[in-house]
Amino acid sequence: MTKKKILQGNALYTVIAIVFGFLAGAVVLTVAGISPIATYKKLTDSIFGQPKYMIWSVVYGIPLIFTGLSVAFSFRTGVFNIGAEGQFVVGSLAATVIGITVDLPPILHVPLCLLAAAAAGAIWSAFVGLLKVKRGINEVLSFIMMNWIAFYLSNYVVNLKGIKAEGKEATVDILESAEILLPLSVRQMTGCKSVNYGIILAIIAAIVIWYIINKTTLGYELRSVGFNRHAASYGGINADRAIMKAMAISGAMAGLGGACHIMGNASRIAQFAGQEGYGFQGITVALIAGSNPIGCIFSGIFYGAMKYGGLKLSTIGAPKEVLDIIMGTIVIFIAVSHIFRHLLNRKLKNREE
Amino acid sequence: MERTSHVDESVIAIEMKEIVKKFGDFVANDHISLTVHKGEVHAILGENGAGKSTLMNVLYGLYRPTSGEIHVRGKKEEITDPSRAIELGIGMVHQHFMLVQPFTVTENIILGMEPTKGIVLDMKTARKKVEELSKRYNMQVDPDAHIEDISVGMQQRVEILKVLYRGADILILDEPTASLTPQEIRELMEIIRNLTADGKSVILITHKLKEIKACSDVCTIIRQGKYIDTVKVDEVTEQDLASMMVGRNVEFVVEKKAMEPGEVVLDVKDIHGKDYRGVEILKGLNLTVRRGEIVGLAGVDGNGQTELVEILTGLRKGESGAVWMNGKNLFNKSPKEIFESGITSIPADRQKHGLILEFSVAENLILQNYKKSPFSRKGVLKKKAIEDHAKVLVEKFDVRPSGSESRAAGTLSGGNQQKVIIAREITNDSDLLIAVNPTRGLDVGAIEFVHKYLVEQRNKNKAVLLVSFELDEIMSLSDRIEVIFDGKISGSVEGSKADENELGLMMAGGVRHD
Repeated sequence: MTKKKILQGNALYTVIAIVFGFLAGAVVLTVAGISPIATYKKLTDSIFGQPKYMIWSVVYGIPLIFTGLSVAFSFRTGVFNIGAEGQFVVGSLAATVIGITVDLPPILHVPLCLLAAAAAGAIWSAFVGLLKVKRGINEVLSFIMMNWIAFYLSNYVVNLKGIKAEGKEATVDILESAEILLPLSVRQMTGCKSVNYGIILAIIAAIVIWYIINKTTLGYELRSVGFNRHAASYGGINADRAIMKAMAISGAMAGLGGACHIMGNASRIAQFAGQEGYGFQGITVALIAGSNPIGCIFSGIFYGAMKYGGLKLSTIGAPKEVLDIIMGTIVIFIAVSHIFRHLLNRKLKNREE
Repeated sequence: MERTSHVDESVIAIEMKEIVKKFGDFVANDHISLTVHKGEVHAILGENGAGKSTLMNVLYGLYRPTSGEIHVRGKKEEITDPSRAIELGIGMVHQHFMLVQPFTVTENIILGMEPTKGIVLDMKTARKKVEELSKRYNMQVDPDAHIEDISVGMQQRVEILKVLYRGADILILDEPTASLTPQEIRELMEIIRNLTADGKSVILITHKLKEIKACSDVCTIIRQGKYIDTVKVDEVTEQDLASMMVGRNVEFVVEKKAMEPGEVVLDVKDIHGKDYRGVEILKGLNLTVRRGEIVGLAGVDGNGQTELVEILTGLRKGESGAVWMNGKNLFNKSPKEIFESGITSIPADRQKHGLILEFSVAENLILQNYKKSPFSRKGVLKKKAIEDHAKVLVEKFDVRPSGSESRAAGTLSGGNQQKVIIAREITNDSDLLIAVNPTRGLDVGAIEFVHKYLVEQRNKNKAVLLVSFELDEIMSLSDRIEVIFDGKISGSVEGSKADENELGLMMAGGVRHD
């Protein structure tokens, strides 16, 4: 019976997909003439070699948990938020601007920055919802355009007087009162200069999202519209309003991710040369988590660890792009996981007979 | 109906021997045997979930039998997948059509077996072949029409042609009449006759007794996965078939106590409305429904009844008119406001409007009431209350399999999905219940059950508006029958005095002379 349960759940297939992802990475490395064993050993060392490496991995994972939650929430409510990238950027921007220009005690400054970021992300996303319900414009199109608008808006704001740092292609640092870093002593002890409260916020956010989806009337409403708009309308649910709400919540998550990234790690926004990819990586995080909010915590940290560990691969001459190949392969194998499911279930059945 | 049999008893087309199919511990088919001769129409009769479709999916290679043998034209065969079945000349038309909507009729028929000239698709030959086939069996289709533009009946003919194009001489039709109008059903019967005259065998999965009597030679009855009997259709009555199928006596006639209708609940005044193409389809319709009566709205599909119901339930905006409900005008109000003013409905399209298939049965049962106590408090769902509510209804309305409250609604059979909707809408217990084709796709046992509940609503002094294409249903249940023709009520008859021919005439636009 327990065997059956494992075969029916998602966890096993996620693990299989991850294994296949690393196998695919190994093949590519071998073809490129780089030892996959050495590469993976280096990767493992870079993540688990020292406690501070693991802490860094979590720090890298925080924004990805948020964008993962953003995308997962959208999947569960029937829209595809490919615009988490842009919402993340406007969230970062809002937090940075408030973090620089407003001077408040931390107890007020931090919540204000977070709130501004969430609102910015929510508005950025809800606008796409508005276009969808009022004008029938496909959300994927407008999300992608909004990503670029956010991109250039950020580059514009970064260069404004009073925000831009003298002689740098970046903003000045946010005020200390807007940071969510752990006390200096802890940072020194762990050896990670950016260890921050973001992970706690991310876990709370994941639980809240899980709760909204599964336990509230709001979640019921949003899911019903996501699954079958017609039946939901028939049952008296205002489908248009539900789509807007779903998009706003999803956008708020990505916005918060941007805020945590700035307030916990980056402290400033640099002029972008290209999209940073937090939002798109959130799609991967959500897919690995099977759109489960709690799962996003783990898949977000997994992706964060890969990103952090990947930074050091160049020291042995392995390109860090191999990690993109691994992550991409994992997503493909998760997408086709029903094939494994079918094969394993059939094997088990044959053995029973 | 007069029919000639084309059975050639000397040639056995299909023989299924002692077929057993298990899903886990559940036995869907328990030693079922079936023999189909050349030129025979063999009906397979059973309730929803009796195992008819499973048996046919075994024959078509979609399932492998747990044990048992299949012989095709006297030779034992392993049917491993549908492509093997097609090679053996077995074709299946599924209940839910599998057509590519934006493609033309011809493109759909040749899909997967396209004639080519070199590497180029040879549409000319394809079109010619389709025309030949449709002429041969007298099946009218427009080879160049797009699927999304043609009627359900024509879509079904396309499905049958698709099977014939692949060279099938044994055709399995799964619930072929479920979504057809009476006229289309008659045309299908004609097609089946033409097929058997040409030496083809037809296996008909159905639970409609009338159709079995009208067009099949032999009938095999299955009940809860077990083989019950195979009978010559000429030698049994509909009542016999019903009893064998359900395992008890079935009441065809609904007991109704005499009742004096009360005050007017619904008063529809001068409704004008357009259909999805923007063509005026409702042209000043008036209708009233009173307490304690079932009003049957009879009519041929396409005369405005769909649009009328959509306007009454808030799914479509009308052009002008008024919908008075207990003194309140609900014309063009939101579905929510309409529901809260006392109108509930059993929608025509249960998978589109009735249910959220991915939701559990329990979640579906609170669709209009999820915000109300006891199902939620301050925006938080109360799981226990929702489950308890579902348990009671699943039990009371005999939704099968029992204990299905936590299963996704999409995993239930069509009949049981309908029961979920009926359970929900009847429990809402509002002043007016609008039921649109409430028994479509249900077996006699379930039909009896639905009819009983509709009458019970009436007996509780509620108003019921029954919209149905099944004239029998309208006639046996209604206290008053209103006939809709060309967007208006063309006549009204007292239920007890209704006459099928007269109604038919009125539905066709004939005028009633008193």
